[in-house]
Amino acid sequence: MADRIEVGFKKGIRDALGEKTRKRIIDNFSLPVEEVRSIEIYTIEGNLSKDELKEAAAGPLCDPIIQHYSINKPLATEFDWLIEVGFRPGVTDNVGKTAREAIELLLHNKLASRKISVYTSRQYLINSKITKKDAERIASDLLANDLIERHQVIARNEFNFAKGIPAYIPEVLSQDKPVVEEINLAGAADNHLIELSRGKLLALNLQEMKTIQKHFLKKATIEARKKVGLTSNITDVELECLAQTWSEHCKHKIFNSFITYTDSQGAITIDSLFKKYIKGSTAKIRKAKGKNDFCLSVFVDNAGVIKFNDDYNLVFKVETHNSPSALDPYGGALTGIVGVNRDPFGTGIGAKLIFNTDVFCFASPYYKKKLPPRILHPRRIYEGVREGVEHGGNKSGIPTVNGSIVFDDRFLGKPLVYCGTAGFMPARLNGQLTHTKEIKPDDLIIMTGGRIGKDGIHGATFSSEELHEGSPVSAVQIGDPITQKKMTDFLLVARNRGLYRAITDNGAGGLSSSIGEMATYCGGCEIDLAKAPLKYPGLQPWEILLSEAQERMTLAIDPRKVKYFLQLAKKMDVEATILGKFTASGKFHVCYNRKTVAYLDMSFLHDGVPQLQLNAKWKAPKNNEPRFTELTNYNNALQQMLARLNICSKESVVRQYDHEVQAGSVIKPLTGSANDGPSDAAIIRPLLDSMEGVVVAHGICPRYSDIDTYDMTACAIDEAVRNAVAVGADIDHLAGLDNFCWCDPVQSEKTPDGEYKLAQLVRSNMAIYDYTTAYGIPCISGKDSMKNDYQIGKTKISIPPTILYSVIGKIKDVNKAVTMDAKCAHDLVYIIGETKEELGGSEWFALHNAIGNAVPKVKAASAIKIYRALQRAIENGLVASCHDCSDGGLAVALIETAFAGALGMNLDLSKVPYSGTRRNDYILFSESASRFIVTVHPLAKVGFERIMKGNNYGMIGEVTDDSLFNIKGLDGHFIIKEKIAKFKEAWQKPLNF
Amino acid sequence: MSRKVKAIVLTGNGTNCEVEMAYACKIAGADIVDIVHLSELIYGEKRLADYSFLNLPGGFLDGDDLGSAKAGANRFLHARIAGHKEMLFDDLLKFINAGKLILGVCNGFQLMVKLGLLPAINGNYREQSTTLTFNDSGRFEDRWVYLKANEQSPCIFTRNIHIMYLPIRHGEGKFIPKNVAILKQITKNNLFALQYSRPNGLPTMEYPANPNGAIKAIAGICNETGRLFGLMPHPEAYLHRTNHPRWTRESLPEEGQGVKIFRNAIDFIRSKDF
Repeated sequence: MADRIEVGFKKGIRDALGEKTRKRIIDNFSLPVEEVRSIEIYTIEGNLSKDELKEAAAGPLCDPIIQHYSINKPLATEFDWLIEVGFRPGVTDNVGKTAREAIELLLHNKLASRKISVYTSRQYLINSKITKKDAERIASDLLANDLIERHQVIARNEFNFAKGIPAYIPEVLSQDKPVVEEINLAGAADNHLIELSRGKLLALNLQEMKTIQKHFLKKATIEARKKVGLTSNITDVELECLAQTWSEHCKHKIFNSFITYTDSQGAITIDSLFKKYIKGSTAKIRKAKGKNDFCLSVFVDNAGVIKFNDDYNLVFKVETHNSPSALDPYGGALTGIVGVNRDPFGTGIGAKLIFNTDVFCFASPYYKKKLPPRILHPRRIYEGVREGVEHGGNKSGIPTVNGSIVFDDRFLGKPLVYCGTAGFMPARLNGQLTHTKEIKPDDLIIMTGGRIGKDGIHGATFSSEELHEGSPVSAVQIGDPITQKKMTDFLLVARNRGLYRAITDNGAGGLSSSIGEMATYCGGCEIDLAKAPLKYPGLQPWEILLSEAQERMTLAIDPRKVKYFLQLAKKMDVEATILGKFTASGKFHVCYNRKTVAYLDMSFLHDGVPQLQLNAKWKAPKNNEPRFTELTNYNNALQQMLARLNICSKESVVRQYDHEVQAGSVIKPLTGSANDGPSDAAIIRPLLDSMEGVVVAHGICPRYSDIDTYDMTACAIDEAVRNAVAVGADIDHLAGLDNFCWCDPVQSEKTPDGEYKLAQLVRSNMAIYDYTTAYGIPCISGKDSMKNDYQIGKTKISIPPTILYSVIGKIKDVNKAVTMDAKCAHDLVYIIGETKEELGGSEWFALHNAIGNAVPKVKAASAIKIYRALQRAIENGLVASCHDCSDGGLAVALIETAFAGALGMNLDLSKVPYSGTRRNDYILFSESASRFIVTVHPLAKVGFERIMKGNNYGMIGEVTDDSLFNIKGLDGHFIIKEKIAKFKEAWQKPLNF
Repeated sequence: MSRKVKAIVLTGNGTNCEVEMAYACKIAGADIVDIVHLSELIYGEKRLADYSFLNLPGGFLDGDDLGSAKAGANRFLHARIAGHKEMLFDDLLKFINAGKLILGVCNGFQLMVKLGLLPAINGNYREQSTTLTFNDSGRFEDRWVYLKANEQSPCIFTRNIHIMYLPIRHGEGKFIPKNVAILKQITKNNLFALQYSRPNGLPTMEYPANPNGAIKAIAGICNETGRLFGLMPHPEAYLHRTNHPRWTRESLPEEGQGVKIFRNAIDFIRSKDF
């Protein structure tokens, strides 16, 4: 028997959640709603007495000043529609968990050994004369995600005002006995193997299935298995473990494939894009840097590690969480951020987390067309993802300092959710280097943090496929930032005391991946899955191994220290369990209650996957060139440009992220006279008693992929670097991270243009090599997500190939940092870098529904010269403001500089160094790379120009105090003359919700 | 001979501003600053009695899952100290009765209010009489606000402060008293130490200068002795000039305005015997 405690606001107390919900209903559905009130429901199982329930309700569950409660009767009185939303069985219920712990503490003596469970749900009481159908729509399209939540819609006249809604317990009821299935692969025909892979959601291709089949027929395999009591049949544990380890997500099979690439100049072969272009470029750069090489650990650990100074290291990783965010935007994004937190945390000996970054790619939140099946409205994805990252970042106490949102309707099928986290660690701890890992045979394997449930099963294989009809619900997890925070607090203490030898995180693939990868350091492992703590009974051994339940780290611990580790865990209220030990047996050995359920050769598990052989064919696309005539006045055009989703202010999102916790904030995401101008990059001080700063920035420009992914990638790298340079970064101390999000580039029936898409991938990698080596900025880590397609029925939506290039680096003295806002009237306005007729893929062409062909080309040699000069000018204090020119070009960068400083400008377009057709709009809106708008105090003019000598730049006007933005066109007439406030308003409006 | 000032910054279960709060205590002159995990108090390894300045930092105690600091307050009220008869809360009351200082920032302020430590009219530290709840905007926000210090307030922490500029970073910062009588007491005794204001120091109910709709624009309150103080804005987030959002365009002193709050507390402690 369960009891319901309902908690609502007293009369006269503002219900902010209710009001927000009302606004969203009006915004999203254009339905007339008078009022929405919210009620929190706690369903408690455990036979509490009336007094105990009352004590719980009046204690931790209700705020006596503003709330009231009821027990087993409804609070709801006046409403037209009541919608109650609660979780489905097994879905993480963080509030329920906290409520249970609070009640257990409160009733400690009375409960004795009694166990209780708490499940939460929420009621929305809607006052509105809408139809049942509309109420249902509100429930399933806004308030509840039917994938993870259940909802009830009740009309006033259907409601039982005396008894309310009966208590419902979303308990996982599973009577399943643990069973290990054996599968006989011997003699299985090809179609049978394919069917097996599809049926079990293994995402393995025929060649891979056959490789497994063959391995299990080997005499040596059979004999070794016999010794541990296994037959020659593969177990489901083994098959699932192989599928996870060999998944595209974990093994990067496309990046490591053998590719024959053909373009107009002939054919070349590439044995692994990753080795040739990414590792290859980093190796070349490190060699060139010689003793100035700051890389410490690249591509081998969960995140890249570079030197910050002699005493500290920086750790950085960016991940994507696209597929889960498509299904459950909130949970997907929350898990994305708390998931990537564990990467730097599980790198080397473990790093303290110092900032997050987030970059999202969505379809327009104003999308009007009919949505294909299983796709959530982009507005809902936008709100859900935003909120997920808010809760993940804010509750973890990690500032979210840098990010952006990119819009393109091809992100309808899969949104991209990039989440990054940096860590900071002493270079040495207890006499040891911190950036390396070591594990010795007989070290114990310990899992700590959260428990294992059915959440996230098949996450790794699921994200290795397109979103389809059968995409599993179980792939979705919901993170719990507080459980993770408690765990990281504990582990940092354990780290500093030297209580563990090595650490890694449990992300995709769960224990299978974390223990599997750690075991490579010593050559084997032996674990017993029955020891693993579970959220609820009924999990099969393979599910325990594969579950991606969150907030867990795996550690290797010297047996002599395990006692102290476990004591500390208990004291700090964090669960820690010994699962087994590391060995040198060469085997990945898994038991369940001491009976062997998997026995795989380490070498087969990690190196057995056959290399893909793929073809790539490049043929440059030919897009139509738009034809539209020049305008005589650009007041309106510039406002239209500023209101474009890719250009407009993202303040409403940024404000909801804590971007200054840890108190090292130097350059915030918003800056300028009214704290609302768009910063190019972020700077933080990780050490509060030092003026050394960390710089972080990024570049992303998927629109250019419609012309050439080589230039798209070059522009993304250039944008990241120039954003960092704009605030004062030291260009010789910058490292990069490449995050590829592609549409499936493997030629097949589903993907008839796979060879072209693969050529796009090859070209992108070529650009990574060319530009990182030209700039001397090594990639230190990265990730690829290769199946960002949606296919249900005949509808296929593929994302435009997208690279997020993130950079992390250093500024020696943050006092020298520069922001983008104009500072003083009479300061001189410079454009640095040459503007060319490069409007292909530009926002200006997009405004005219065109793509064009002249994509911006990055000239690395002249760019790096500019960057070095600018860095010198900034270090010498000669730069008042500096802003990068990107989306929307010169005009957008100029007006942003002006309105962020609440100052006007008088400018002359004829002074802009430009090559191309002499059209005002081309100069205003061309997106040529490697350019900045810089303002300089008149007294600094001589010094600034001396340093910039030899670079292409122009002094195009001055800052004014009349709040007017004036630009003279090529023929000497004003083409823009308008108050800055008007432009700012246009820029702030579109996403201000 | 000057007395030693020993500050404790209490962490765990979701706090996240402990490092900067400890650093603020240090640069403001505390002799000893310990960041202590709650479990160390509960296990009796550290005692509150050994300190004279308790800092309750911002964060999300237990995720604020039951409302800000609700589950956290529940823990303070019901946690026992291993090896002692006392409850943790008894130790806290002893600390207060010894005349020592407590500063709660953001989630720490929410915790103090929900425990009843503030405003604790007539010294009743056990009954909640005000609350901090959801911002009128219905959202978490990070923004800098101007604050007017009430010069009539007994608050030790805001002495000689007139107007401050600090960031708020919260979703539940709207101050609401239980009833008019409580508000009257707060007003009459000048327990409202800080109010959201316009840049010129005029208290305001207008968003976003008043970021949450707090009654009487109250951003921070103290108890009648002025030794217990809680505020929603983060003084520990403005310790250096470069924390200010407009430091690249305004001429500012090296030291951030937040330090003053800590220095006031530490100077006061140094002048007293406990």
